[in-house]
Amino acid sequence: MAEMVFQRTKGLQDRPFHYCPGCTHGIIHRLVAEVLEELDVLDKAIGVAPVGCSVFAYDYFNCDMQEAAHGRAPAVATGIKRVHPDKVVFSYQGDGDLASIGTAEIVHAAMRGEKITTIFVNNAIYGMTGGQMAPTTLVGQKATTSPFGRDKDHAGSPIRMSEMLATLDGPAYIERVTVTTPAHVRKAKKAIKKAFQAQIERKGFTMIEVLSTCPTNWGLTPVEALRWLEENMIPYYPLGVYKTSEEVK
Amino acid sequence: MAKVLMKGNEAIGAAAIKAGCKFFFGYPITPQSELPEYMAREMPKAGATFLQAESEVAAINMVYGAAGAGARVMTSSSSPGISLKQEGISYIAGSELPCLIVNIIRGGPGLGGIQPAQSDYFQATKGGGHGDYKMVVLAPASVQELTDLMMEGFDIADQYRNPVMIIGDGMLGQMMEPVELREPQKRNLPPKDWATTGTGGRGHTNVINSLFIDPAECEKHNLRLKAKFDEMEKNEKKYEIFNCDNPDLIAVAYGTTARIVKTVIDKCKEEGINVGLIRPISLWPFPYEVFEEYADKTKAFLSVEMSLGQMVEDVKLGVNGKKPVHFYGRTGGMVPVPDDIVAEIKKILGGAK
Repeated sequence: MAEMVFQRTKGLQDRPFHYCPGCTHGIIHRLVAEVLEELDVLDKAIGVAPVGCSVFAYDYFNCDMQEAAHGRAPAVATGIKRVHPDKVVFSYQGDGDLASIGTAEIVHAAMRGEKITTIFVNNAIYGMTGGQMAPTTLVGQKATTSPFGRDKDHAGSPIRMSEMLATLDGPAYIERVTVTTPAHVRKAKKAIKKAFQAQIERKGFTMIEVLSTCPTNWGLTPVEALRWLEENMIPYYPLGVYKTSEEVK
Repeated sequence: MAKVLMKGNEAIGAAAIKAGCKFFFGYPITPQSELPEYMAREMPKAGATFLQAESEVAAINMVYGAAGAGARVMTSSSSPGISLKQEGISYIAGSELPCLIVNIIRGGPGLGGIQPAQSDYFQATKGGGHGDYKMVVLAPASVQELTDLMMEGFDIADQYRNPVMIIGDGMLGQMMEPVELREPQKRNLPPKDWATTGTGGRGHTNVINSLFIDPAECEKHNLRLKAKFDEMEKNEKKYEIFNCDNPDLIAVAYGTTARIVKTVIDKCKEEGINVGLIRPISLWPFPYEVFEEYADKTKAFLSVEMSLGQMVEDVKLGVNGKKPVHFYGRTGGMVPVPDDIVAEIKKILGGAK
């Protein structure tokens, strides 16, 4: 019999993703799922799905899941973690969910140092609702509610969540990564693993921000979208570690 | 257990802890802040967790998470804060999670005031949040009844996997009365095998969710919820009938206002007017049938409320046109005065006698 060299991670259910072609949510899902499997915590993981493109995440991750109201995932995850302090609790959220309607919830979960891991997928736009301007949309970037490009005077400059949350004492680990190349994918997985490990060791709040593409709403091909991300998003949202507590180092 | 003198707001907390409530998520707001303060002090002693949330919105979503994780959990607030919780309450009902919510109602709309009111009746009984859902709403009139309903409320929530709301006002929250914490009648509570606890050796994943993107699926879900609400409606009606042997008029009042009406009944008796009282204890399900029954035994009904007239609509539905239904209310934190209610009754009966 031939040796098995590759298979679907046990962290994902055997179900086709609904994501658009070229969207990087699929990669990020898989990284989270692989990390949960490798850390051998799938049977004690409880995830919280957001409202946004990844609203059906509860259909994909092969662990217990709760669907939260828009922006409230960190509060829901707080409730779960306080009930089950020995379980591995994570929220998976987009930029509209986390950086706009759910800003209060993420800031205070981070402030309390909730022992949860947040996977923050930043694609600088509202995907599910059809390409509206997000708090993370770049200045000059066109969206259906910023048809002439985001105007700084009118709508302000995009919010950098990792930098902002890193000013708090509660977070144990915050890193911004992307998944545009195999090398970046490997780095992203390493970061996600580090975050979950820090949670398991009860170090504090952990968040991995993943810069992600939205070819559909950016109006680009998948390959062009990867290039656009690298050329436009990374300069404004630099990759790197923003917070690491002494213990996590 | 011997009776102890307790303040309403603290009695709520004592009853919750006694009922095995292990988690309280809340946010300060007058006139119920003594409750979270009590919980912050007392829950750790009982091996339970109090957590002050960043907002009422966060608090109710923490309740959602904890309830979904299988815990007995509650929150409390007052009118403006309860408005903020409505989104979460709708999600909790839609996802079929048990929890207990306390609303110590104050005058509104908007910031309103902090004095007693009953102007959240519509919000509590007719939805509040979006979508087709119902929840059992209980309105105690004494500190003893408050503790009894708190303890039973948790069981009702668990039995139906549905939120339960206890409503009161600052007067009930502040008054001190003798209380005995009594176990409610035992209910057959289903195991929480649906909770997200980590799959462990379960062999399948549990998902807490209220999203059904296929309209046919969503309708099916709603009809299943409806069947559950029908069961609640059949089983959970509570009311008190007081002095209703052929009275000249039946007053209808709940909570604090019902206590005032009992004083009114005594005053009327002195003047030879026989007034009865129907006191709904469950505001939802509302005891409509009782009104139809008593409509044959009296000349008129008078709904007395601390609102501009909310429960009176349900009284009218119950009486169903058989007898006139009148309304008397004070609002904005003003409490009805017995003499004014007596005058109102005389005015009504002057025409009806």
